This record gives sequence, structure tokens and C-alpha cells, in this order.
Amino acid sequence: MQQSSNVSLNVNGTKHALELDNRTTLLDALREHLHLTGTKKGCDHGQCGACTVMVDGRRINSCLTLAVMHEGDEITTIEGYGRPGNLHPMQAAFVKHDGFQCGYCTPGQICSSIAVLQEIEADIPSHVTGDLTKKAKFTEAEIRERMSGNICRCGAYSNIVEAITEAARSRA
Amino acid sequence: MRAFTFERARSIRSAAKSASNNPGSKFIAGGTNLLDLMKLEIEVPTHLIDVNGLGLDKIEATSDGGLRIGALVRNTDLAANDVVRRHYGLLSRALVAGASGQLRNKATTAGNLLQRTRCPYFYDTAQPCNKRTPGSGCSAIGGVTRQLGVIGTSEACIATHPSDMAVAMRALDAVIETTRPDGTSRSIPIAEFHHLPGDVPHIETALEKGEMVTAVTLPKPIGGKHIYRKVRDRASYAFALVSVGLVIQADGTGRVAVGGVAPKPWRVDAADAALPHGAKAAWTQLMADARPTDDNRFKVTLVERTLAAVIEEARG
Repeated sequence: MQQSSNVSLNVNGTKHALELDNRTTLLDALREHLHLTGTKKGCDHGQCGACTVMVDGRRINSCLTLAVMHEGDEITTIEGYGRPGNLHPMQAAFVKHDGFQCGYCTPGQICSSIAVLQEIEADIPSHVTGDLTKKAKFTEAEIRERMSGNICRCGAYSNIVEAITEAARSRA
Repeated sequence: MRAFTFERARSIRSAAKSASNNPGSKFIAGGTNLLDLMKLEIEVPTHLIDVNGLGLDKIEATSDGGLRIGALVRNTDLAANDVVRRHYGLLSRALVAGASGQLRNKATTAGNLLQRTRCPYFYDTAQPCNKRTPGSGCSAIGGVTRQLGVIGTSEACIATHPSDMAVAMRALDAVIETTRPDGTSRSIPIAEFHHLPGDVPHIETALEKGEMVTAVTLPKPIGGKHIYRKVRDRASYAFALVSVGLVIQADGTGRVAVGGVAPKPWRVDAADAALPHGAKAAWTQLMADARPTDDNRFKVTLVERTLAAVIEEARG
């Protein structure tokens, strides 16, 4: 059997047919093969969240999954959310609230933030959700807990929370 | 990472058969632990069998009023399931206390049970580890042991099982359903699923070569108050120093399981029996055989204090 495989990925609405070494993570496929370098490699071990992307509508660590396991999956990276001049509301909120310093963790923070609001909306509980039989709320405590898989070594957390809180309010 | 061949499994039977025919193979589901270990060359499979397409992602009622959770149900979906939230709250609470949102979206029920220890000496390939390289010795013993086990450990290994979910599953008397390469299936009570290390710490579960977990079942709900309290070095996204899972009834009877202290979710019959007499009585039974080091002796005390806090919370 072969140590490489064919896989078709649908990234930001565009289909890509690739032949990849089986070892290629989704992160490396995006960055090294499709040259979508918005998604960042931080720790490469699922601890920092810089590589967060959406796969079939859910945020995951793209460093901890193999590209060949995503045949036909719909993948959205930071490039798929907005571009200069046409920002996603979450991107605009990060700019407005200065939710970054060096910016390296920012694509992961923004993908994760967008997912956090969707997860609260979808009534997925978190560690700080009070009553499991009631719907989770868009509180600061919920946002902080749900963002704990995204590390910012510059420490822009308080501004990140402000940005997400504003984006949550403007959703309603 | 070492090179490997890759296959998408078409059926449970063919996956189990392929695993038994390929000595160096591993099943891959969420992959969040396996790929991490493969990057470090702690796991070096020569063949991966992707089981994600097998449809084992359903949560359904069993005929005896319990719940059958497919092996591939993601941690997020299990925690958010309405029946789990209402009737097995301990399980929801334990799940959301573990990992991060991104990891829970990928991690599966079976994979969570089968995840490997986070002992730093298991991760450090420059050092001996009986779990990683059987017979090479344990470099954790005599090393930095603050995070490591205080009970159920052996002269060969003092690692802990890292799961939160498994602690809840243990308190809820979960049963693991499997399929073997010859097509037969069996049910393994969770108490017998994880092994204590003894002198073979690399053998971690009751699973045979090629045997695949297909589901986890829970008996019908037992009511009571469900509390999971995790004590850790930061408020979120960290492994437990200790965790306590408690189901307690109005009359004070109940069940308690503890995480972060042993090679498997730790539950002791005599401790359950002692629960109506309070935290100290139950703790005395739970930790009776503890053999902590100077670095992790605090965990023994922390179990008593956490149990007392949780019983107090249940009364409140």
C-alpha cells in the first residue's frame, strides 16, 4: 500500500484535488500545499489554538488532524471570512478593540470566536454554564471559558473579550 | 512522524480484521491524542485505519431505559445531548471540564477512554519509560512527581489516566461494547476496562489486538444530584490535579469516583458505602492504600477537601 493518498478538500468554497503524504496534517496542507498562510502553526500539538479552522461548521485544531481524513469536507480558514475592505464583523471588532498585539494568534482567535458564538447559539454547554437544563448565555464568563483553547502570549485577552462581546451583542 | 499506510474502513468487521492482520496498525478516530504522540514518535503505527465513516455516532435509548453512546460520538455532542444533560449530568459536567472547545469537537467517546497518560516521562523519549518501552524502567519514580499517581500505581509505573469523562463513566457504571476481528462482540464493565499497571504498564486496557470499541452504554438513570469538581493549576484547559465525580441521593447514599490520582478512574465500593457518614469516612476508604511521594502527597489531602466541598455543594 501507498504512503500517500488522494484527497479532495473544499476550502473557502474552492475544490482542491491533492496527492499528499499520509502524514500531512490539515494545517500543513493548507499552508504548504494550498499556500493559505493565514492559518498559523504555533505549538503544532493542539495546545495553543493558532491553527484553528472550521471544518463542516465546527472549529478544530488543524494541526491535530490528517488532511487525508477530510475527503470532501468543507473547510473555512481566516481567508474565507473576510479580506481587507470587506471584513467579517468579528474581524472588524478585533480591529476596533485592538484585540491583538503581534497578531500571530489572531487568525485562530477569530475563527474560534466566530465558532464560540455559534456554539452558544446552538446551546452547547460549557464548564461555566450554570444550569445544564437551561440555555447557555452570551456572558463574559462563557466567552472566556470557551476561548481557553486559544493562547495569546502578548496577553491581549481583555481586548479580545471586548471584541467578542461586541460581536455577540451586534448579532442579536 | 514515521511514514504509514492509510485506509478508510468500510465496516466494523473489516476494520477489526484489518487491525488484527496488520501488527503495526492503529485505529484513528478524532486523532487528537494519537497524532500528537505520532509527531513525537511515541506512537509509531505503520498503518492507520480511519474509522470515522462507520456511522457509530448516534446516541440512542436502550431497551432497559439506559443510553447507548456510539464510539464515535464527539465529546461536544455527548455533553450537549439533552438526555445526558437531564439524566446523566455528571457526564456532561466531566466532558466540558476537559480539553478545549476545538478538541472536544474532534475527540470521541471511545478515544477519550483510550487516550494515553500525560506523564512527562512518557512524553520524554530521551528517558526510560516502562509504558513506552516495556522493561526500560520508570524515570518518573524518583523524578518530578507532582502531577503523578498516588494510588493503584506500581514499582514499574506511577502514571495517571488523564480523562475526566472516564471518571463520570465509572461513577455511572458504564459498559464498553466491542467487536473482535472474528466478528464476535462483548461487553466490558468500565471497572474492568482499564488495567492497573502492575509489572506490565504498557498493557492499559482489556482490549485484545484488533478489538474495536463500538459503543458505551449507561444503565437507566439513577437520579440524585450530579456534581463534578475538577481542581487544576489554571481555571480552564488543564489536566486535573484531582477531580471528584459525585452522584448523591437525598438520603445521603451515593457514588464517588476520583480522577487525577490513579492509573484508572478510582472508585472503591467501601467508599460508596461510607458516603452517608460524610466526606472523611468515604475518603478514608477511597485513599486507604495511597502511596504518595513527597511531591504529590498534597493530592491525598486534596481529595478529602474536594469531596467535602462537593458533598457540601450537594446539600446546598
